[in-house]
This record gives sequence, C-alpha cells and structure tokens, in this order.
Amino acid sequence: MDALIETLPLRAALVGNPNCGKTSLFNLLTGSRQKVANYAGVTVERKEGRFTTPAGRPVRLLDLPGAYSLAATSPDEAVTRDVCAGRYKGEPAPELLICVLDATNLRLHLRFALEVCALGRPTIIVLNMLDAARKEGLEIDLPRLSAELGAPVVGVVAVRKNGADDLLALLDHPPLHPPAPAAAAQGEIHAAVRRLLTECTSRPAVASEALEDRLDRWILHPVWGLVILLALMFVMFQAVFSWAQPVMDAVDASVSSFGEMIRQLLPDGLIRSLLVDGIIAGAGTVVVFLPQILILFLWILILEESGYLPRAAFLLDRIMASAGLSGRSFIPLLSSFACAVPGIMATRTIQNPRDRLVTILLAPLMTCSARLPVYALLIAAFIPRRSIGGVVNQQGLVLFALYMVAILSALGVAWVMKRGGAQEEHPLLMELPAYRWPSLRNVALGLWQRAVIFLSRVGSIIVTLSVLLWALSSFPAPPEGATGPAIDYSLAGWIGHLMLPVFAPLGFTWQICVALIPGLAAREVAVSALATVYAVGGVDNDAASQLIPILSQQWSLATGLSLLAWYVYAPQCFSTLAVIRRETGGWKVVFQTAGYLFGLAYLAAFLTWRFALAMGWGPS
Amino acid sequence: MRLDELPAGIDAIIDHIDHRGAADAVAQRLGELGFVPGEPLRIVASGPFGGDPLAVKIGFTRFALRRSEASRIILRDAP
Repeated sequence: MDALIETLPLRAALVGNPNCGKTSLFNLLTGSRQKVANYAGVTVERKEGRFTTPAGRPVRLLDLPGAYSLAATSPDEAVTRDVCAGRYKGEPAPELLICVLDATNLRLHLRFALEVCALGRPTIIVLNMLDAARKEGLEIDLPRLSAELGAPVVGVVAVRKNGADDLLALLDHPPLHPPAPAAAAQGEIHAAVRRLLTECTSRPAVASEALEDRLDRWILHPVWGLVILLALMFVMFQAVFSWAQPVMDAVDASVSSFGEMIRQLLPDGLIRSLLVDGIIAGAGTVVVFLPQILILFLWILILEESGYLPRAAFLLDRIMASAGLSGRSFIPLLSSFACAVPGIMATRTIQNPRDRLVTILLAPLMTCSARLPVYALLIAAFIPRRSIGGVVNQQGLVLFALYMVAILSALGVAWVMKRGGAQEEHPLLMELPAYRWPSLRNVALGLWQRAVIFLSRVGSIIVTLSVLLWALSSFPAPPEGATGPAIDYSLAGWIGHLMLPVFAPLGFTWQICVALIPGLAAREVAVSALATVYAVGGVDNDAASQLIPILSQQWSLATGLSLLAWYVYAPQCFSTLAVIRRETGGWKVVFQTAGYLFGLAYLAAFLTWRFALAMGWGPS
Repeated sequence: MRLDELPAGIDAIIDHIDHRGAADAVAQRLGELGFVPGEPLRIVASGPFGGDPLAVKIGFTRFALRRSEASRIILRDAP
C-alpha cells in the first residue's frame, strides 16, 4: 500500500500573476521548452509536465495562465480559476498549489498570493527573481513571511540552472495542510498586503527604477517613441532583405548543385523527374527562405524578451481605439506576424467577447511568416535591387509597404466591423513590464524552434504537396507526337485552364491558378508549386534556381503586382481556419473569415491589375 | 481630482475608486491591480495621439490605462 502511494504522482499546479515567471520555472523543473517572453499573457492554456524530486517522488505539474485575481475576467484567467477550484472538466483539483511571486513586485503579487492562500488548499509560496530583488537592495525576511502566511516560502531564480533547488527539496515533503495565516496576513486584503510588506521587507533602493524611468522617457515619448517604433520596424524589413542575401545565395547554390548531381546520377525517366522536378525543385525553392525567416524572428524574439512590445501597444493604442479595438488586441495581432495560429490562441486574454471575435477575424490579415517566401520571391523577380539615396534598399521598402498595407486594411476592416455595434467600453488596463536584457538562451532556443518548425513543414507538407503536384503535372503523359510542354496535356494543366476564367480578370496565368490550389494548405507552398509547374513545364531544366528569372520573363510586372496584392489578403491556410473553428466552437466564423478575405483578395488583385495596366506595366 | 486630470510627473495618492453602475468590471479590476485607497501613484507618460492612454506608475508596477479608465480613480486633495 505504501509503495502505491509513493508512485502516484503528486498533482501540483503553478499559479501567479501574469509575467511573474511561472513558465520559466515550469521549463526549469520539467525540462520543457514552453514559450516564455516578457509580457503578460504568454501562456493562455494549461500545460502539463512531469518530473521527479531528488528523493524520487514523481510530480505532475500544471502550468496555468497568469491571473491578477481569481475573479476571472477573460477566458485564460477562467482556466486558472476553474483548475484551482477543482471545477475544470477532466482535471482533478491539484493537491498542491505552487504560487509564484515576482520578488521585485511584491505589492501587486502578494495580493494574488493571499487570494490563493484563502482557497484552503496546501500551498507553497515561491519568490522568483530573488536575485534581482537583492540587487535592488530589497531584503525579504522569508522565515517571517512564511510564518505570517502560514505556508512554506522559498526563493528561486527560474532563469538559472539549479535555481529551483530549494523548491525541489521542499517538494520531497510537501505541505499537507492549507495555509494558516497569522495576524498580518488576515483581514482586508490590501491592508494585509501593506502589513506584510512593512513587517517582512526592508525598504528597497531605487537604482534600477531610475533606469526604467530614463528608458520610458524616450520610448513612451509622444514623438520620439513613435520615431523609435517606426525605425525598429523599418530596419527589421531592411535587415530581412540585406542581411539574408549572402546566406540565401549559398543555400540556393547548394540546392541547385544538389539537383544537378542527382540529375547526372539518374537516367532520364520518371524517377529522375520526380526527384529533380518534384521534390528538389519544390522543397529547395522554399528552403532558401529560411535565413529571412530567422532574421525576422530574431527581431521579434528580442522585442518580446526586452519588454518593448507592451510599450509599442501603448503608443499605438489610440489608433487601435479609433478602429474600435482594445489595446489588448495588439499582442495577439502582433503574434500573428509570426503565424496566425498562436495569434488567434492569444486572443484568450481579451475579456470582451466581441473584441475577441473581431481580433480573431483580423489575425489572418497580419502578414504571417509563411507569406514571406511568396513576397520575397515576387519582389526579387519584379522589383529591381536598387538602393535609394545609397542607404535604403528598394526591395526592403516594398516589403515594408506590403506589411503596412495589411495593417491599414486590418484597421479599416475593424472599423467597418465595429460600426453598428453598441458603444461599449474597451478596457486596456495593461501592465508595462520591467525592461530586461534578452536572454541569449531564450532567443537561441526560439530561433532553433522556428527553424525546426519551418524545416519540418518543408519536409512534410511541402514535399508531399510538391510530389502530388508533380504527379498532377506529369500525368497523363502527352500523346505521341505532341509539340507543347508535357504539362499542357496533364491534369494540372486541365485544372489550371478550368480555373483561368475566374482569375484571368486579375491578370493571373493558368500556371498561377495551379499553384493557388496547393497553396491552400500552406501559403509558402505556392512558391514550391510554381517551381514544380515551371520545372515540369519544361521551360528550363533547372527551375529550382531559375525560378526568379523565369517569372520575370514570363509574367508582366502587372501580373506580379496583382499576385502580391492577392497574397496580402488571401485566406490560404487550413491551419488558421482550423484554429478559428476550435477557438470559436463553430463553422460560422470560419466561413465569415474565409469569405471576407477571399473577397478582399480578389478585389485588391483586380484593382492592382487594372491600375498596373493603366500605368503601362501590362504584358507587352 | 481625477487621475486623468493629473499632470505628468506629479505624485498623488488615491482617495477612492469611482464605481460606475452596480457591476463595474473595470473598477473591480483596477482594485485587483492595486489601485486602492491610500496608494501613491504618478503618471509617467501619455500616448502620442490625444494624450491617450496614460502610463501610470503605482508601487513598482507600470500600467497603461485609457483615460476613461483613469477617470474612475479619484485622487486625494493635496494637503
């Protein structure tokens, strides 16, 4: 019987204010690699992990979304409230609550800790960032605090290896009884916080406060703040084009020499065509964009880690408000620049259901990183690599413009959707976290994870679809004595010609129509699909590295611009539609999203095509 | 005086929170964020467009509040 109890894992849950370091501690304890960043609301659903204490006791640990209070006001906070109360479906009440507090911000975080202690469950209080608090000259009397709260109190440094040893030791003999608060921790909650602070802490020095003030004076400045924000965005897009070029050239060269090697090894025939025209042409053209994607993410990760993002939300809040959005929508929308899927999940931090819905509808309009290969390919094919005034890269400028068009469209769409809705308040109430140096480890880990995600997409979806498209483009084989390229006689050619009447008004060729279909699964597949279509089309035998010159020869500038405009809006991503279905619990919003995005894409491409024709950029 | 009328950089103390209606979620949340009677605070910045929102420093935390939220915070008269 004893042995059985020993092997049953202890069910523990991490709770605490947003941005106090729960997920860092979770990662440290369980060896997981959940996303951490420096703003409130990174974790929006419960995550589970397991580990064993030094004495061999197994623990099943839940990481819960941060909450300012157990009186939940948003879906992510409701998860925390329900799990703590043992009301969460399929999740037994935790046997132990591990309440994490940021030691540098006790005034706010002790309040929540007192709420947690009042739940009447065995609780451990963990003071995170104890090192930072000491550096600021704040001394916390842990034994005293423990006595007052009637619960064990330990200090940890969640971002340091072995930083949680004290906590691990304590978990060998976890408390079995709910906290029994002494005098100072009783009574009205704010009064209790004040008493605890005076009794258990020394007055801190104010050194780092001054740094925060100095930085915010510039970063939140009405004029300089906006200048800094624009400069950061601008340099980001310049960097995507300028810094990545040498690496991309190297990757490109090795992909095409690999294709050439395979071509010479194999006899002419179906297998060679499948490998060279299908897989290498398809996957190779997408792999080339890895350096650009990593540079974009390097920038985003540094901004996330430093604590800058909520400040950017602060600066832009009024613009969001004029479109009827809450400032809370900013971070979900910004995450959507990486990928709309986590962006849509991050809308769980939005309290107002209507705001949340509008934000979900807007998320696919944000230019996700899967669009980057499409943009980069078309820009490289149609926009000359010139520098304006010797400093500004023209291609980077066009990329910047594409992102801005998407943002302005989103504001317009938000404004239209909010019209007619009741005039209600959209609360902001957003914490501006302390600035932190980006941790090299987190940034490196984030980049690594992005690279793995990107490459595994190339390895799975993109290779599969490339093979499928290669098959569609190669069969049926052309009849004896046929003169045109094989693809003209194939299924893909037939489908492309069938779709052409719908897309011809946009200036699309039938080859583009073919590429649009696999692009539904993932946007960057459109790039590999074009490579496959043109490779099998037999324009040139080495389409993988020749795609850019082929496109600029075969399409007019007007077609290129029209396709760019299409991709600013196109609803082409099944994963996004699937996550919308999951988050809204129905198909209605899915169809609304796909419908309005398709309409916008068609309209934008049509107008662009017409405009470009009028400018004389059409086919000669 | 209400918080949205306080000039930037001036220290002030909260007198009380003005609840609008019976169930004012914003007022309740302000309390949970530590905006409670007796707490000292200061406006450190205001937004570039129309001075909205406000960046408010309370204790060791900074919050961004829209003016309509800040107007619920009533300040103590200077002695």
